[in-house]
Amino acid sequence: MGESITFWVLAVVSVAAALGMVASRKAVYSALMLGLVMLSLAVLYAVQDAPFLAAVQIIVYTGAVMMLFLFVLMLVGVDTIDSLVETIRGQRFWAVVGGVGFAALLALAVGNATIGDATGLSGATTQAGGNVPALAELIFTKYVFAFEVTSALLITAALGAMVLAHRERTAPKPTQKDLSRARFLAFGETGRAPTPLPGPGTYARHNAIDMPALLPDGSISELSVNRVIARHAGGRPEIKPAEEPTREPIKEPTKEDVK
Amino acid sequence: MTTHYLVLSALLFAIGGAGVLIRRNAIVVFMCVELMLNACNLAFVTFARQHGNLDGQVIAFFVMIVAAAEVVVGLAIIVTIFRTRRSASVDDANLLKY
Repeated sequence: MGESITFWVLAVVSVAAALGMVASRKAVYSALMLGLVMLSLAVLYAVQDAPFLAAVQIIVYTGAVMMLFLFVLMLVGVDTIDSLVETIRGQRFWAVVGGVGFAALLALAVGNATIGDATGLSGATTQAGGNVPALAELIFTKYVFAFEVTSALLITAALGAMVLAHRERTAPKPTQKDLSRARFLAFGETGRAPTPLPGPGTYARHNAIDMPALLPDGSISELSVNRVIARHAGGRPEIKPAEEPTREPIKEPTKEDVK
Repeated sequence: MTTHYLVLSALLFAIGGAGVLIRRNAIVVFMCVELMLNACNLAFVTFARQHGNLDGQVIAFFVMIVAAAEVVVGLAIIVTIFRTRRSASVDDANLLKY
């Protein structure tokens, strides 16, 4: 009884979250939805006599893999929104039709099969003394070769990621002097502030990341809020997207000015 | 109960598959692939209990390891492509077509 309640709650949650993941326009929402699906699956593993896999699911998937996804999302740009241009005409429609058809096919096939009552894992685990010892026994005897190959795979993957992410430096590394000079050149040409940007929340009521800092005259410093956050704060009209300050370019002093 | 778990697994797999076809952002496509792998793991764990045999759980464990390795390499490739092309859309990486 308890199991079926858990199952129905988590089944609804995980299917809804999976649909939300596919449907949401923003990639960060998709990542969070996927995290929710993975957590529900971890609980379903625990319910099905797989406590070790439930722990591994949380540690590896929601802990490591989702963090990696979010990290790369931040790196690649959270504000990249899916293009709505269809390269193949009607692709979205037919993909949905195919997905629904595939789901119906699988579900009907499973529903038609005669599946007896579950044997349960107590017979397999009691001899070794629990789920984890029984799994360890299997991994280090029957599957020991696969386990060793796995270590080679992990090392190869780590090495591959390092090689792919490595960039050969073609220009010499800019020194602090070069950077400073470039900043002030940009200030002279476009009026871009050479100082660091003001932090959010300074002199404001609280210091949340989307709370703009107040200038001495009480007006809002748009530069203190990240562009992406400012755009998301839909219900707060006082926060507008920060804009680069525009200013008359500073002219080279002429001889008349010096006189 | 086994049937319920298997149907849930099938649904999640189909949603993931449809997502791979629908979405254009490479990272979201990748997330959908992860969803499909997770759905398969659920089926493995369910069958392990159905047959009273721990092999299914061991295979699910190996699937998790391979998925972790795959995520590392896949995301590194996405970052590399983004660095050269300034885009994470799967439609933009089409040079091999011409």
